[in-house]
Amino acid sequence: MKRNGIFFWIGAVLFLAAALLMTQVVTNQYPFFAGYVILQFMVLSVAWSILGGYAGYVNFGTSAFFGIGVYTAVFLVKAFGAPLPVQIVVAAAIGALMGFALGLLTLRMQGIFFSIATIALTIVIETTITNWRYVGGAAGIQIQRPAVTEPFPSYVQMLFFVQALLVVLAIAISRYIQNSWIGRGLQSLRDDELAAECTGVPTLRLKLVACVISGALMCAAGAPAAMYLQYADPSSAFNLNYSVSVLAMSLIGGTAHWAGPVIGAILLGTTQQLLTVTISSEVNVLILGVMLVLFVVGAPEGIIGLVRKLRGHGGGRRA
Amino acid sequence: LFSFDLLQDALVIGVLLGCFYAAVSLGLSVAFGLLDVPHVAHPAFLVLASYAVYFLNEHFGIDPLLAGLLITPLFFMFGLIAYRLYYETFEKRGTDAGVRGIAFFFGIAFIIEVLIILQFGVDQRSVTADYVGKAWRIGDMRIPFRLLVAFAVAAALTILLTLYLSRTFMGRAIRAVAQDQEALRLMGANPIRIKQWAFGLATAVLGIAGALLIIVAPVEPTLDRTYIGRTFCVVVMAGLGSMTGTLVAGIILGVAETIVLTLFGASWAPAISFGMLLCVLAVRPQGLFGRLS
Repeated sequence: MKRNGIFFWIGAVLFLAAALLMTQVVTNQYPFFAGYVILQFMVLSVAWSILGGYAGYVNFGTSAFFGIGVYTAVFLVKAFGAPLPVQIVVAAAIGALMGFALGLLTLRMQGIFFSIATIALTIVIETTITNWRYVGGAAGIQIQRPAVTEPFPSYVQMLFFVQALLVVLAIAISRYIQNSWIGRGLQSLRDDELAAECTGVPTLRLKLVACVISGALMCAAGAPAAMYLQYADPSSAFNLNYSVSVLAMSLIGGTAHWAGPVIGAILLGTTQQLLTVTISSEVNVLILGVMLVLFVVGAPEGIIGLVRKLRGHGGGRRA
Repeated sequence: LFSFDLLQDALVIGVLLGCFYAAVSLGLSVAFGLLDVPHVAHPAFLVLASYAVYFLNEHFGIDPLLAGLLITPLFFMFGLIAYRLYYETFEKRGTDAGVRGIAFFFGIAFIIEVLIILQFGVDQRSVTADYVGKAWRIGDMRIPFRLLVAFAVAAALTILLTLYLSRTFMGRAIRAVAQDQEALRLMGANPIRIKQWAFGLATAVLGIAGALLIIVAPVEPTLDRTYIGRTFCVVVMAGLGSMTGTLVAGIILGVAETIVLTLFGASWAPAISFGMLLCVLAVRPQGLFGRLS
């Protein structure tokens, strides 16, 4: 356990160092454009799994959190010209509040009702933003990137590194939760909420914690996207594709371990980037749907489950 | 801004539209309300049916309603296969059907959406028939024929399905399986066969519902996303599995949508069904005509 922790942090530092080195050495902009999207999906999938994987509440509102993150940044830039770190922190705070509200929803609904409610929430928020003239309404809004910040050669390269930082943060939180009593509590309420409550697991508090953390991370991941695209409009910021992509990445990777969503996001994110360039974005969505169905039917525990089966021991091992 | 005439118009159109909403939700009312299948792909099947009707209408000049009737057997088979797949992979294993069942149907919905885009493109499509585009004038009020046709067919469909579920042997069996599957098994009946039949029926109804959808307004491949809100709103508000409730809930949604549309404009339209759905889930999860479980 202790040794694992050291390995984990060495890995994290190496990953960040590599990302930083890449921004200094590679001059071609494309790897950063593509890499940014993959990193963004890594944060979203890891954040989603904190609620969806450990606690078993299927949140289809990923796009709501992502979109609110985008629009928090848009609003802050337009109103105060706020710098990127402020955008991300405020987005995380709003995401935490939204997560709290979502946590209260779990009091009354479970299973498909919770999922449907999260879709409903997404559409209601999207419609509100669409009717809010100040942030551009349905037509969307253009945003100017500020001047380049040293030591990064371009703004996209900086965003790439910032998103890499968020990835490490998200994974560290998810890993901590998995190995602490919070994770065990969440897993117990996923298996049987009533039984968990009866044996003294504080289910409501745990669900609220999971929702708040998951929501804050998703919104934080969305905030830099405004600057990345230099443009925001409601129908793409709140697109249901984000929700389904993140769900697919998490389930394909496997939700039993923090590494699952990371693997899923890298695998699917990379495939999507390649397909978008080589074929078309429609085929992209088709592959997403087909992979989701195949994995859910054929390998319900995802890649993590497949690996465990190959190694020949059941679940329950911790890293 | 507000006038009695406007309200009257909104009410009439709302009721007509509401019956149409009930018709497109009937299948989900059976699949989700009675059989507890988290059928999020229902609206995607609906849009698929609309495109099938469009295809028959465009290439062979078949009347949309007749085309809808023609594709029902196909959709019935489709439903049988879909339920069998769902049962074999999720219900039978009993493993975590909640999470993965929803993901499964979402995946299917996405696949259908993209296949439609690849085949027909992203443009809006509509059908041609004598009653599309004409209107009936009563005084100052103008009622489009297409809404009247949709209303009549929707009402007939709802009544037929209600009668089927309450009067016929198979219909009663479907309601029995919704109440207590184990009891049915003990009586020597096969609940899975009955559920499969019911799911087939729920999907078959979509053939005609899809025809109504494309008669009422032009369709586009991603239309199913809006109808997730409408259909689930109607079914949950109705109380799971209640056919009369489906009709009443459909009319409530239709009237609410038309009134908001007249008062605040079309940009708020998508929020109404989803907003009502949220309210119903939060305040009265068992719906208007629901049985408490």
